[in-house]
Amino acid sequence: MRIGPEEPCVPGFLSVYPSLAAQLPGAALPWLKRSRDEAFDRFAALGLPTTRDEDWKYTSVAAIARRVFRVEAAIEVSDEVRAVVLRHAIEGTQRMVFVDGHFVPGLSQPMPLRATLPEGARIGSLAQAVEAWADDVAPSFAAAGDAADGFTALNAAFWSDGAWIDLAAGVALEAPVHLLFVTTRSDGASFPRNLIRAGEGASATVIEHHVGPDGAGYLSDTVTRIVLGRGARIAHTKLQQEGRKAFHVADVAAEQGQDSAFLSHALAFGGQLSRAAIATRLGAEGCDAKLAGLYVGNGRQHMDHHTCIDHASPRGTSRELYKGVLDEAARAVFNGRVIVRPDAQRTDALQSNRNLLLSEEAEVDTKPQLEIWADDVKCAHGATVGQLDADQLHYLRARGIGERDARALLIRAFAADALAGIEHGPLRARLESLLPGALPEAV
Amino acid sequence: MLEIRNLHVTVDDKPILRGLDLEVRAGEVHAIMGPNGSGKSTLAHVLAGREGYVVTQGEIRYMGRDLLALAPEDRAREGIFLAFQYPVEIPGVANIYLLKAALNAMRRHRGGTELDAVDFLALVKGKLKLMDMDEALLYRAVNEGFSGGEKKRNEILQMAVLEPRLAILDETDSGLDIDALKVVANGVNAMRSPERAMILVTHYQRLLDYIRPDRVHVLALGRIALSGGPDLAQELERRGYGWVEAEAQKRHAASAEGPG
Repeated sequence: MRIGPEEPCVPGFLSVYPSLAAQLPGAALPWLKRSRDEAFDRFAALGLPTTRDEDWKYTSVAAIARRVFRVEAAIEVSDEVRAVVLRHAIEGTQRMVFVDGHFVPGLSQPMPLRATLPEGARIGSLAQAVEAWADDVAPSFAAAGDAADGFTALNAAFWSDGAWIDLAAGVALEAPVHLLFVTTRSDGASFPRNLIRAGEGASATVIEHHVGPDGAGYLSDTVTRIVLGRGARIAHTKLQQEGRKAFHVADVAAEQGQDSAFLSHALAFGGQLSRAAIATRLGAEGCDAKLAGLYVGNGRQHMDHHTCIDHASPRGTSRELYKGVLDEAARAVFNGRVIVRPDAQRTDALQSNRNLLLSEEAEVDTKPQLEIWADDVKCAHGATVGQLDADQLHYLRARGIGERDARALLIRAFAADALAGIEHGPLRARLESLLPGALPEAV
Repeated sequence: MLEIRNLHVTVDDKPILRGLDLEVRAGEVHAIMGPNGSGKSTLAHVLAGREGYVVTQGEIRYMGRDLLALAPEDRAREGIFLAFQYPVEIPGVANIYLLKAALNAMRRHRGGTELDAVDFLALVKGKLKLMDMDEALLYRAVNEGFSGGEKKRNEILQMAVLEPRLAILDETDSGLDIDALKVVANGVNAMRSPERAMILVTHYQRLLDYIRPDRVHVLALGRIALSGGPDLAQELERRGYGWVEAEAQKRHAASAEGPG
């Protein structure tokens, strides 16, 4: 099943591509043109997924399918955008700002980026990288034509820009790279695409941050690809703070080399409908993957997280903790797939999804999906859905803490451990300020 | 300080307390004893304001006010402290945070100023020493992963920091080895004062070897069946609770028949 031309969204994109293609980055590069065209054909064939598709069973994109989104090749930067950037800036980071999917050097900091980077580190706009370093960039587009669903195909066809982070062996980036994606246009669609490559022993922290205005029903369709060499370490924090009417569909996939460590945080606060697919493949021996997530919804927000940890090699460890706090009529989906392939002996995998429902109407569909083909493995999973604990609430009140404060304190305590492993102080402080609930004034 | 008159309490529609009377004055230590299921812990929970404990008759006055009209947090701020029989684990909330939040909530309520971090830490460190507790416990989540003895000590630590007017210790001795019991008793004794009242709820006489009560009451059939001085505890240790219960049954039967 698919949503095809019978709904306005798909024909809208189909009709705009032929004229837009010539203005997209790398239009003159045959290999890239081919990749985009293949992806476009793939999108034309796939359309948008429906709830009959197993991976989209609990998330209907009908609200997206009903709309026509504008895709434009150029952008304007207003003073308002500058204010948004300042508000979302995170101290101590190297910032790259993308407005409606396009890199804006003037808002990025410090500039030029390269001046502050260690030798062997290349950070820049993907649109520029495809021209300057085609040989390095091209391989990551090879699979564009095999996009798993309409959204990733759409991104591969329409991507406008994104970050290109390439670290040579041994390069350690001290300051996190803050990729700030700002949407300004209502009814606009943007297609950021990020490529991150860490050579042997290289390490970096990348914050992928999406923000936009509350009143606008725009679409962010994002793709991030991460390749970790032997012993590399990448911490990727995805912070979704889209506007309340926005649609956000993200696909993050990592490929891990031997003894590499991938640390992912996926934190969702905004959007009317958001979906994040986070996947990693432990492709060589001794990999470590830690996936953490937190989704905080209220109103009628819908938040979907699909994760996939693919243990394809021996001696891999993975730890996954996703937490949800849902109030009012918010709805969430967690689908945690863990694959342990026949060769992946001595895999050690733990998965946990815990949900706190603060209202009768809030709802979550949680589905662990373990596929274990090896025998010498340790795998465990657990999922819980519950309310605030009455004994804990009473205990705090019996110590003089008012009911509202006690509830806020417990909600916050519940959510906070999803932030474990966030090392950059200012990022941590920002995330703590976004946690639901609150600390009473006491400390 | 505390006056309980004809208190009837049901839990899940089952009557647990059936006409309990008790008066505790400032400076006094009362022990409430009795067999399992006699309603001792129910009394402790009702005083702390636990939901699900329904007062169907009677009244409780505390410092001249209607205690039952107060929310649990207001009771605490007014100086009532319950040391829980089963202290609750609260992952994600640091012990020291709870102590400070509790203390400052009480100080604000009473129109005082909040303690700053330095004075607060000095205060807590003094109390830690009294309870023979490691400072590291302050920075761990409330009761999470604490041993049984650590949990009980932590309750008394909270009590020492909050300096309540009326402290209720619910089976604080249960699950403690003799050394831990001594530390806990030591902490409690250090807090005895002419302005403070204490109610020790306990099944065994053991705790009373270390904390000498002014009055001992025995609960049976949901009311106080027998009261006496500290010697009563020893008598109960020798003779058990059976005879008190039997006499209570007799009285209950007699009163049910009426004066005729």
